[in-house]
Amino acid sequence: MKKTFRIGGVHPHDNKISAEAAIEIFPAIETAYVSMAQHLGAPATPVVAAGDKVKVGQVIAEPSGFISGYVHSPVSGTVKSVGPRADIAGNMVPHIEITVEGDEWMEGIDTSDRIITDIPYSPEEIIDKVKKAGVVGLGGASFPTHVKLAPPKDKKAECLILNGTECEPYLTSDDRIMRERPQEILIGGAIMMKALGVTRGYVGIEENKPAAIASMTEAAKAFPQIEVVTLKKRYPQGGEKQLIDAVIRRQVPSGALPIDTGAVVQNVGTSLAVYEAVQKNKPLIDNVITVTGHCLPVQHNYKVRIGTPMSKILEVAGGLPEKAAKVISGGPMMGRAVANLDAATVKANGAILILTEEETRRRPESACIRCSKCASACPMGLEPWLLNKLSRAGGMFDELEKERIFDCIECGCCSFTCPAGIPLLDMIRINKAEVMKIIRSRAKK
Amino acid sequence: MNKLFVSPSPHTHGSESTQTIMRDVLIALAPAMLVSVLASGWSALVLILVGVATCVLTEFLIQKYLLKVPVTVCDLSAAVTGCLLALNLPPAAPWWLIVIGSIVAIGVAKMTFGGLGQNIFNPALVGRVFLLVSFPVLMTTWNDTGAMFGIVDAFSGATPLGAVKEGLANGMTLSQLTADDLTFRQQFFFNVGGSAGELSAVALILGFIYLLCRRVIKATIPVTIFCTVFVISGIFWLANPERFTNPVFNLFTGGLLLGAIFMATDYVTSPMTTKGQIIFGIGIGLITVFVRYFGSYPEGVSFAILIMNSTVPLLNKYCKPRRFGEVKK
Amino acid sequence: MTGTILFTIACLVALGLLFAVVLYFVAQKFKVEEDPRIGTVESILPGANCGGCGQAGCHAFAENVVKAPSMEGFFCPVGGNPVMTKIAEALGRAVEEKAPMVAVVRCNGSLANRPRTNVYDGYASCKVMASLYAGDTGCKFGCLGKGDCEAACKFDAIHVDPEKGIAVVDEDKCTACGACVRACPKNIIELRAKGFKNRRVFVSCINKDKGAVTRKACSTGCIGCSKCAKTCPFGAITVENNVAYIDFTKCKMCRKCVEVCPTHAIHEVNFPPKPKIEEKPHEENV
Repeated sequence: MKKTFRIGGVHPHDNKISAEAAIEIFPAIETAYVSMAQHLGAPATPVVAAGDKVKVGQVIAEPSGFISGYVHSPVSGTVKSVGPRADIAGNMVPHIEITVEGDEWMEGIDTSDRIITDIPYSPEEIIDKVKKAGVVGLGGASFPTHVKLAPPKDKKAECLILNGTECEPYLTSDDRIMRERPQEILIGGAIMMKALGVTRGYVGIEENKPAAIASMTEAAKAFPQIEVVTLKKRYPQGGEKQLIDAVIRRQVPSGALPIDTGAVVQNVGTSLAVYEAVQKNKPLIDNVITVTGHCLPVQHNYKVRIGTPMSKILEVAGGLPEKAAKVISGGPMMGRAVANLDAATVKANGAILILTEEETRRRPESACIRCSKCASACPMGLEPWLLNKLSRAGGMFDELEKERIFDCIECGCCSFTCPAGIPLLDMIRINKAEVMKIIRSRAKK
Repeated sequence: MNKLFVSPSPHTHGSESTQTIMRDVLIALAPAMLVSVLASGWSALVLILVGVATCVLTEFLIQKYLLKVPVTVCDLSAAVTGCLLALNLPPAAPWWLIVIGSIVAIGVAKMTFGGLGQNIFNPALVGRVFLLVSFPVLMTTWNDTGAMFGIVDAFSGATPLGAVKEGLANGMTLSQLTADDLTFRQQFFFNVGGSAGELSAVALILGFIYLLCRRVIKATIPVTIFCTVFVISGIFWLANPERFTNPVFNLFTGGLLLGAIFMATDYVTSPMTTKGQIIFGIGIGLITVFVRYFGSYPEGVSFAILIMNSTVPLLNKYCKPRRFGEVKK
Repeated sequence: MTGTILFTIACLVALGLLFAVVLYFVAQKFKVEEDPRIGTVESILPGANCGGCGQAGCHAFAENVVKAPSMEGFFCPVGGNPVMTKIAEALGRAVEEKAPMVAVVRCNGSLANRPRTNVYDGYASCKVMASLYAGDTGCKFGCLGKGDCEAACKFDAIHVDPEKGIAVVDEDKCTACGACVRACPKNIIELRAKGFKNRRVFVSCINKDKGAVTRKACSTGCIGCSKCAKTCPFGAITVENNVAYIDFTKCKMCRKCVEVCPTHAIHEVNFPPKPKIEEKPHEENV
């Protein structure tokens, strides 16, 4: 029996149509726009000014808080300006605009293909290197990795779980790196295990990626402490809490952190970034982005420098098709719709998905028929229909809190499954934010 | 270039809609309707057609002219109500009977509460019970108009449950009563008499399997009802086989299958959580058996479901699903 | 037959009497002593329970106003000055008159003035939309037109004009309760003094972007050029973050600013028509 999480979940069609497209290096760009808000937490503070010359991998912004991160120049050239620029949602975020001149890397960065297996560093050195390289979680939340590698003193990590589930439909970037660079991913895992002081590691991969499972299993023979776990295909298996439940059968209690179960979850992409940061001194300046959609003639997996405008990527991929109705950064379940195609990619961008109107248009809403499919689908064991009802009544925050709206992971299973087309998650998300605000203000008192 | 759509996630939707679910229920009811028509002839077909037409028309008229809200008859929920009501009447019932029943079902039991999703009681059952108490003679007369195509022998007389009740009331024992034709085979394939939808267990179970395969319903409620009825009637039967009918007889006669599979599982009027659904099923099973054994009516499924319908809001409030993180480590 | 009827009637009468007695004692037992003035004040109040006064409703307002030593801090925006004077009379207190207010939508980005750049396809709520992204136009500050204000208004006084795609206030119905001001996630709606003969001058834009960005997004946005501030003889106009604001307590309604505004972002309403200049710029654009 293949493992999976125990509550809820849905089975969207996986649409992994770009799985056979090998990773291509994206051609050089003319201008890079590097966002200062590429990680969860406070935006980084720029340390360069217009006119400065920068090299690939040079620090251009420093963290401005505990939960923050370094940002490095993904290109070499001249800083043209430092100022606000619209992100994918059209909101203004500080960016550094760099005009590309050549491709000159910082000294000390190993750009060869040589795989370095030895880990001569102490846990502190590893965490410092990861921090200085600006590595963030590439699964989507972009939580700074160094913070996760140094759990609070009273919590003890017991194992590391590498997240190779890629449960979102369409996405294949993790699948590709697991096929093409399994060894480096596993060394990255071993590095993080050393930093955490744990001896057990797992790689969770969903069964719909047999090639990735085969290559990872093969490479894992050299790492006896890391086990490749094949998981049943089920969304949202890649959710941190769901993955811990699926792999080690422990459920994170409500309000607690994943570390309370002794597990630390890192994306396989993050693992690769950690490997490059620690072994090769290469900061996080590029990532693999899947460009996919049924309306595209050719699917791609590009290795793209951070700060490349999405419109440029689409242009290289063959232009936006006539039928395109929605461009999504990320997968169809949790990705964000792009309102501004000129926005530049950030570290956690894993995919650009193009959907047609038939594929993505919301359905007209009809009456709730109380089928309880949303409650069956909710991986957190909540009752979305009830949360929706309370949300629409307005102001019923105490009741919403009692129904544990704050446990919602915003996976979208409820909206996905609702036969009446009710935008359950839209309502829950907005009221969850309100309830969280109330809880935080109460905690301050 | 066209303007892009922007919306919060998720950006894709499952294939199910209210309409596809209701369509599946209609498909699942098809075998039972077929049997009904084969066994009872055109009158059963007329009943079904009139029932569906009246239900849909009533809903349409109320939504369009009385409430002035968007008309939603295309979701097929009214059609399902019409079919279920037709299957709950004697096949020989006059057409005006189902017209009255349909108007009560949609007009009173559904639309007064606010339409689909708001009603407390199953509309088809309210319609049926209304007819049962208003026209008791018509609703319990099973004389047949003649079978179609000669596949099934024509039959007449009371339902097995009715016959048993009457016989027991007249001081007969069960062994005397069941001596003749109430064999299991007949119960299972073509019952000796009853509502249009009570005729064939096989047809109903086919529908049940279809609904389960299409994941339209979960097995929880029907299975709990079957188990409860079987166990409770089993206890009584073991205690006094001359006074109480046996559990298999109880499972396959009357409206139990139809009620448990199609009426008790109605989304709107059944509990949302598994825990609630189990309590709901046990309640229906218990009330059914007690009405059959001790009540003045021969059959109690309709009453059992309606009574348990009224407990649903309470069950929803107190039976919460298993939350993530609550299970033992 | 008669016996049955009589028995039934007798039973019902007996039951009725029994319940009446029980109810009487229960009512006596649980009677709450309340200051009679609370009832008086509540009967003066409009009874809309809109919460515009900042209290939980009309009853709470009455309760608190009776308890409070003075009328300070209490104002029913719906009833306005007449109601407050009556309440003050009933309580034997003095009250100061407040200028009547009205809700003003400070955005004129109608579909014609502000072209849409994408189509919003989520739940029709400004709050949901605002939390998702900047909006379906080039302007990040303007009206989203999904009608949260309309849903919040208890007086049917604000509506999203389907042709313009922005909220429009019905001045006659608006009571300045402030529900729409709180409901608007973009903070576009402001309560302003109703003004003499309902005449008002205001900047119908809150776009804080630089002039060029604003101009690209909307033909009638405030570009922060400061012409109005320089023209204003009363110092009522301030320009901050690229957007002008007219302080209605200082404005003398000379309307010089309206004439100089290059994008017609400053609106004058309810003034008698002038012979030369176009009267209402926001209408000409529709």
